[in-house]
Parts: sequence; C-alpha cells; structure tokens
Amino acid sequence: MADYKWPDAQHRTLIGTRQSRLDGPVKVSGRAKYTYDQNPKGLLAGAILRCPHAHAKVVSVDTSAAEKIPGVKAVQVLQGPGKEVHWAGDEIVALAAINEGIAEDALRAIKVQYEVLPHFVDDATEPKSAAEETGPLALDDLINMFSNQVPEPQISSTVQKRGISFPVTDDLVKRMRSFNVGENVIKALQSAPQKSPESTRSPFKKSAVNVTGDPDQAFKTAEATSEGLYGVPVITHCCLEAHGVIAHWPDAEHLETQVSTQNVCGMPDQIAQALTGIGIPISASNIRNRQQHVGGGFGSKFAADRWSLAAAQLSKKAGGAPVKIMLDRRAELEVAGARPSAYAHVKLAAKKDGAITAWDSQSWGTGGPLGGNMPPIPYIFTEIPHQRKQHISIATNIGPARAWRAPNHPQAAVLTMCAIDDLAARLGMDPFDVFLKNLPLTPRANVYEAELRKADELMQWKKRWHPRGDESSGPMKRGLGLSIHTWGGRGHQGAGDLTIHPDGTVEYRSGTQDLGTGTRTAIAMVIGETLGLPLNAITVKIGDTNFPHDGGSGGSTTIGAVSAESRRAATDALNELLAKVAPTLGVAPDQLEALYGTIRVKDTQGKSITWKKACSMLGATGVTAHGQNPDPSKPPDLTNSGVGGAQMADVSVDVETGIVRVNKMVAVQDCGLIINLKTAESQCYGALIMGISYALFEEKIMDPTTGRMLNPNMQFYRLAGYGDIPELVVHMMTGPGYDERGVIGLGEPPVVSPGAAISNAVANAIGVRVPFLPITPDRVLAALEKKGGAA
Amino acid sequence: MRAFEYVTPKSKEQAVGLLSQNWGDTELLAGGTDLLALMKDDVVAPKRLVNVKSIAGLDAIGYNARTGLRIGALVRIADFADNADVRKYYPTLARVADDAASPQIRNQATMAGNLCQRPRCWYFRNGFGLLAKDPQSGKSLVVEGDNRYHAILGNDGPAYFVSPSSIAPALIAAGAKIRVFGPSGARELPLEKFYVIPKSENEREHDLRSNEIVIEIVVPPPSGERFGHYEVRQKAEFDWPLATASVALKMSGNKVQAARIVMGHVAPIPWVCDKYVEATLLGQPLTETTANAAGVVAAEKPGKSLGKNAYKIRLAHVAVKRALLQAVKET
Repeated sequence: MADYKWPDAQHRTLIGTRQSRLDGPVKVSGRAKYTYDQNPKGLLAGAILRCPHAHAKVVSVDTSAAEKIPGVKAVQVLQGPGKEVHWAGDEIVALAAINEGIAEDALRAIKVQYEVLPHFVDDATEPKSAAEETGPLALDDLINMFSNQVPEPQISSTVQKRGISFPVTDDLVKRMRSFNVGENVIKALQSAPQKSPESTRSPFKKSAVNVTGDPDQAFKTAEATSEGLYGVPVITHCCLEAHGVIAHWPDAEHLETQVSTQNVCGMPDQIAQALTGIGIPISASNIRNRQQHVGGGFGSKFAADRWSLAAAQLSKKAGGAPVKIMLDRRAELEVAGARPSAYAHVKLAAKKDGAITAWDSQSWGTGGPLGGNMPPIPYIFTEIPHQRKQHISIATNIGPARAWRAPNHPQAAVLTMCAIDDLAARLGMDPFDVFLKNLPLTPRANVYEAELRKADELMQWKKRWHPRGDESSGPMKRGLGLSIHTWGGRGHQGAGDLTIHPDGTVEYRSGTQDLGTGTRTAIAMVIGETLGLPLNAITVKIGDTNFPHDGGSGGSTTIGAVSAESRRAATDALNELLAKVAPTLGVAPDQLEALYGTIRVKDTQGKSITWKKACSMLGATGVTAHGQNPDPSKPPDLTNSGVGGAQMADVSVDVETGIVRVNKMVAVQDCGLIINLKTAESQCYGALIMGISYALFEEKIMDPTTGRMLNPNMQFYRLAGYGDIPELVVHMMTGPGYDERGVIGLGEPPVVSPGAAISNAVANAIGVRVPFLPITPDRVLAALEKKGGAA
Repeated sequence: MRAFEYVTPKSKEQAVGLLSQNWGDTELLAGGTDLLALMKDDVVAPKRLVNVKSIAGLDAIGYNARTGLRIGALVRIADFADNADVRKYYPTLARVADDAASPQIRNQATMAGNLCQRPRCWYFRNGFGLLAKDPQSGKSLVVEGDNRYHAILGNDGPAYFVSPSSIAPALIAAGAKIRVFGPSGARELPLEKFYVIPKSENEREHDLRSNEIVIEIVVPPPSGERFGHYEVRQKAEFDWPLATASVALKMSGNKVQAARIVMGHVAPIPWVCDKYVEATLLGQPLTETTANAAGVVAAEKPGKSLGKNAYKIRLAHVAVKRALLQAVKET
C-alpha cells in the first residue's frame, strides 16, 4: 500500500497557489444550473399549503375542491387531522399542477380547520422560574442534542442518568451510524433505563448546575470581578437559492431527485426510509440524487425535508412526472432553518494583572419547539479553573433549529469574548493584553498568540487602541474590538474514483458537492499536483449518487475529505502508470516522477516521455483507482482537526442615531495545509461579510400576538450590502508549523468571531456594552441612555 | 398571484374609463416594483390591472424658469435623478432620488409610483390589513405587538404605519403640487394635501380616487431657498429609512426668514412640521443650537412612542437638525 503524504513546499506546483474557481465563468454568466433552474419536460409545479398559526392542531382537511380544479394532477395531505403544528408555516398539504398559477388557485381552494393552541415566541426575556429537568429524554431531545453538537460523552451520561422514553430500534441504530454517531453513545442508549414520558412540558428546562473547582471561593477572594449581559437572537439561514427539490419516477421502482442540498449522497437513505415509512417502499439503491450547483446551505440543507418527500409522493401520484417544489422567500425564512439563540449573564473573576480565575454563567436560549442546549462556554478559555454554569432551554414556536455555520460557536464567542472584553475594561487594560495573558487557558496558546500578533500588525491595534469610550468630539465614535475562535474540521469519510484514460485524459468522480466553496477546483488542484498536469487537464465530476459515496458538506469536513480522497486515488493511479512505463525508461518505477506533463526520471535531465505517450501504454481501459478517506476513528494522515483564528474589527458609531458602520476587519486564520489559497481567503471574506450581517442586521422577529415571523422578506430581514462591507484584510497562517498538519476545513471558523469582535469594537467606541446582537440603532441608543451619556 | 384581467389603455381618458369606482377592484400598473410584489404576496388582488405605461406624454420632464419643473407621472426615478435640469436647479431632489431603493428599482419604478407606493408596515405586508386589526380581539396588532418601525407622529390610530416614500417629503419641502386626472377632468393639489391618514380598511393613504390617475408633479422654480435632506438609514444602501427630514429655508443674511420642514417615515403621511417648529428658527441664525431646538420641537415634543419605537423620536429630531445644518452648509 502506498504511503500517502503531501509534497514538501519545494515540490509543490499547484497546492498552496491562488487559483480561480473552475466553475466561476459558468456561475457569473448564469450558465450554471441550480435545482431552481431545472425545468425538465413535463414538469409539474408543486406548491405547499402552510399553517398560518404558530401552534395549532389540525382538525380537518378538505381538499375536494382543489382536486376538481382542471390542471391539478396530485394532492397529498402531509399533516392531517390530529397532527399538532409547532410553528407557523409548517407544511399541511402539497399539490402538483400543470403550472404555478393553477397550483396557487388550488391551494386557496383547500379548507383546513385548526384548533388554535397557545404559542410562545419570546426567547430573549430571562425565564424567572424554571425547574430543573430530570425526566426521561424523548427521541426529540436526543436529536436535539445531536443537532446542537453536544459532546458525545455528555450525551451518554445524560442518557444514562435520565433514562429514555423511546425504543432504541435497529432502524434508529442504523440511522445513527449513518450520521457517524459514536458506538459509545449507541451503547449508552441501548442500556439506558426505559421510563414513561413526563406528561406536562413547561417551555423551560433548567439543566443541572455544572461546577468546576470552587467558584464561590474564587469570586469571594477575587481581586477584580466584572459582570454583563450578552445575547444572540435567533437568525435564519436565508439561502440565496431557497430549499427545494425536483423529483420524478422514471419507472415504478426508481426515483430520481435533484435536491438543493449540501448532502448529495445522504439523500437516498433519508428519502428511502421516509417513503417506506409512509407506504411507498423503495430501497436507497433505487434512488439517484444529483446536483451540480447549490446556492448556499450554511448548515440548513442536510435533511431530505418534508418537501422532498412530498415531491416524490406527488410525482408518484402523477404517474412519475417531474414535480418541482422550491420554497418562496417567506417559507425559506419561516421554516427552513433557525439558528438557536443564546443569552447569558456572565460573571468573571480575575487577578489585577488580568488573569481570569473564575467564570459564572446563567444562560438561556431556544432552539425551537424542542428547546436547545447551552453553547460551549466558556469558549476556548476552557481551562478557567473555577466555573459555575447553568442553562435554561426554552421551547418556543419560533421555528425549527438547524445547524448554522459553526453551530453554537458564534453564540459562545459572543458570551465569552464580550465578557472578557468587559473584564478588560473593568481592569482598565487593553483587551489584547488580557487575551494574551489568558491564552494558557486555551488549547493552542502559541497559535493564538501568533495570530493575535499578526492581527495587531494588520490592524495597527496597539498603535490605535484607546481605553473604552472614544473621547473625541462630534457624534462619530470609533472603536476596536477583537475575538478568537476555534473549530475541528477533519475530513469526513468518503471516496472518489480517478481514471487515467489511454488518450491521456484524466477524470475524477465523487459524490461530493461544491457548496460554493471551490470544491471542484481544489480536487483538480490536488490531482494536477499529483499527476504533474495543469488544471485544465483534469475533469472533475461530482454531485451524483452514481459516483462513489461521499459525505455531506458540513462542519468544515469537505476539503479534508476530498483532498485526501483525490490524493489517494491519483497516487495509486499514477503508481500503476509508472509501473507500466518504467521499462521503457529503463528504471524502476520509484525512480520516476510526473511533472510538467511528462513522466521523467528523477534528478536527471532529458530522460522523459510525454504524459500522453505514457498513457498510451495503459492498454484499452486505462487505469482506475479508488481513493478513500478513512473514517475519523483512524489516525489522521492527509487531513487533521483543530484550527484557530483571531479577528479584529474597527467600527464607527454615530451616537446620535445609533447607526454602526464597520470601517475595517482583519481575519487571521490557520487551517493546516491550504490547497487553494484564493478560495481559502474567499471563505474568510465571505465569513466576515456574513458576520457583519448577523452582528448588525439579522434577527428573526416574531409577533407576540400572532406568533408569526414579521420579517420573512429581504426588506426587513436585512443582510449586509456592498455599502456595508468595509475593507477586509485576510491573512492565512501557512508554512512550517501549519502545512505539515495536513488539510483542515475552513467553512465554519472564520464566521465565529465577527459578532463578538464587532460588539467589542462598539463598546470600545461608545463606552458601554450593547448587550444583544444585532447592534441596531434602538439598542445602541438604549445602551447610551442607560449609561447616561447619550448625546 | 390570482388571475386578473390586463388592459393597456392608450390615453388617460381610456385609463379612467377602465378604472373602478371601488378600491381593490382595479389597480394601476406603472413600474410595478411595488404592486407586483403585493400581488404575489396576495396582499392586493385586483380583478383588473390597468397598465398605464402606454399613455403618451406622461414620461417627460420639462423645466421652465418661470413655471418650474414638470415631472410626468411615468418618469422613471433614475431618469429624474439623471436629468440635467433637475441636477442643476434641484440638486437636493436629484440626490434624494439617487438614494432611493436600488439601481434596478430606480430604473424601473416611476415617480408617481414612488409617491403612491403602499406602506411597508410589516403587518400590512404579511396580510393583516392596512390597519392591522387582530381579527379575534379587534385590537391593533401594531399597538399590541412589535412597532419598532411604526409611527411616532399622527399615531392616534387606527393607522400606525409610516409613509414609505423618501422623495415625497423632499418634494413637499420644495413646494410641489400633484396633478391627477379623473372622470371629471384634471385637478391639482399641493402634494402635502395629497396624503391622508385612512380611518378605515377600505381607504387609502392618499387622496387619489380609485378611478383617477396621477399625471404630473409640478415643482415651482427655485427662488433662492436653501434645501437640505437627511436620512437615517440602518444600511448604507437599499434600505427604507428609519426617519428623514427635508427642509427648505429662506434666509435673510444669516437669519432664517421662513422654514418648511417635512419629516418622512415618522407618520402615516409625510409630516409637515407646524408653525411652532418654524417659530423656533425665525429671525435666528442657523446654528447647532437652533437646529437642535427645531429638532426638539419637531419630534421630541409632539412624538409619542407606541412602546418599541421611542428611539425613532430621537432619530427624527437628529434628522431635522442635520437637514437644517446641511441646508445652510450647502450653497
């Protein structure tokens, strides 16, 4: 078996260079076809009737009038009488018609009676009385823990301690394994005590107090303490391309889908299980899912979702005709993903020199109807010696939570980094120094120090920083803020096949997807590097379940996976080729290398043959090699886990209007060996833009009376536009100490810090903390008024 | 969107003949940037859409030193903002138009459409009606609910939305009139009188009747007044302001001789400040102090919070102050 490793810095021709995306031209010219753009022959327009109530029980559904409308081809009740609906916009009936107009008319002809139930959509107000949760876990609670990325040992111990109220079926075990749930958790579930479910469910669930060391004593003897209130509201994913699907049955046994997804190969299993469960038996192997491009997912496009199943059901009823269901903007914002909120009172104790000695947090937040979990706090500074934490999870009718780029980390960063910034202000110290002082409490102190120092250089922090409160005259106040972050990012399990054809062409096939991050380009770079070929010599085919199975693009696991898979496949294929041509060149295969479109003898000039000539010796079928990235339980080789980053923000705040403008942001980031420096930097630019959006603008605003989202549109669900994007400076940490770690994912980490950094910069500018994101004019003015310093 | 009849009259007389006596039966289609979104969201559902874009003569801009500026109803916002006479004689109006919405919308939306656009109130846009009454309790959803973007003036009810145009207050400050055409011919009225606060669900926010069309906006020639306009907007671009102020000042030396101040996005209509606001400035030099005092009298004194929009009182105050200071700074 070959020894797989990355080439040294002096032997790289493509890896680490800046390459433009191979699919850039088709994307900017509109030729790239997204699910939304596909209009196959005979396409039926799918539409969904959604519940107008935030909490209700379906009493009756009458679709008879809709079914009689000419042009309506199929009607499917999704949630019939007796079903309880937990958020406004949830799916009730789906139908398919020959055009959108008829589909809409038919939706209006459906009569649904609801028993309206009380709703609860207030997650920001601190719950005053909440009893500690001790009863058995429902299946929903378990899924909730998975989706909130609760550490597996904690899941196991919670399951053992509280028991469960659902059976651990073989199906469930199989499903958990398909999502890479650890065997320890599965064992813990199988041996957990079975208890009957609790009858009453308050919206508030208080976790047990989590204590490390002796926080009481630490606060009592502290040289300094500070406390503050911080929070991050529920926001939505707001994908540019909404969620949606096209489904059709080419024959009675086979289903073909085009799901707008970040999990191409995950669809067949999910869809097969769900369809089988509702009386349409089908095996995953009879489902083919494809997707060439996706317009954003950010964590919200892993599941098959009810509309994918509905499209399959409707198509079946309509004789197999393709049915397209794409969510409109309102549905996209109401139901297709809500990032959990997190709010907390945080108290810190420290020595006079800034060394943190104790942490105390009372936190709360919602992840939708199932409540939610405490973000990982204290974030990064996990080794604070004395800690007390308690979290109240709030079940609300705001909508279902979905993973949002770096699940729980942006929230944790705000709760932690803003608290440390307030401590620094309390001590009269520069937060840069307080962060440096406390780096020993983090897992990668040296890396963070290097990154903070680089950020200082790029922002001129030390030269420009002033104590809290810009004393200059006039209404415009300027300030600086910083934050640090972390993420895992090891490549997931998956595979790809590489074929070298006798004519010299190279083709790679994998079921992965390009989430917009440049996955195609990165794969081509790895193969080109390995085979000594230019990028345009490589054909990369992805996004099809007929190709080797690859994992979903979540948790920054894609680049580590696809680079390792393609490197392995290319290495193996090349070795076969070298074995074939070695006799011609009169040396052993290991004396040969592929470089600059030739196969040549190492360290000699002139003795070589062209790539094309070499490939002609392969025989009629060429050579195909399978590259598989092992599952994460195996020791890492080409891919690794664990990155850090430091960010700084420079803002101006108009203290008369409360308007915040970001002047500049600096992002310093490590992620091991970088394949494509350009798309890596682009990830960081994009993350900073997304971060400015959630720091200043984004919030899922719920109406207390109706329980509906008030801003399910792009007017009131504001996203940063060109004018709101300042100078962005990105620096990737590369070279010795980073490159040899292998390839590590980058999607999540740079989006973690902007909220905290911008909040800290605002506090530095105006002299007072604006507790909650987004930092809107009303909140800035309220904070100034409280401080007594309003202009 | 529901099915509708689509007609394209060639003259204003034909257009008026195709319009209904009742609001809701017919709607006028010009640029369509607002109307089509409302129809897609099923907030309005006309049985007939009367496309007025083919009516000749409504898309011209003409300037005359004696009579002023005539702006055809169908003039697109971008063309208005780019017009050489507008830029020369009404630079503040050009700037306001240039700042409205996005380039795509300015290239499609018309000036009359901008003046007649429907409120951006999120209860209205989410289908709860112009006056947003809770069907169960009959109470105002705005008063009971989230009113962070709602009116701080003219908000005694039952309407609480804010007038959505930024161009209208600037035109009112410039003394604009609007000409409308109906079954009994044309009528002209000051633009400020064109806006009304509806008292019931089947009334509109303006005095245009359901069988009338806007034909022209007329702005008097400049007479040495100084103009200022300030918008408080959360986003730098393409964002409806939280408060605006448009001012026109007649100065005598460095003293204020007359002042017209119109606030936008603070009331169900463009809010023309009363004589008490003008009185704070008359005979005074315009300074930070007097401008601030005018802002206090314009917004802080009469402004009334609905619960979550108190900050908008402050924003309106600041907008007035800054618009006044800008007017004397820019020459």
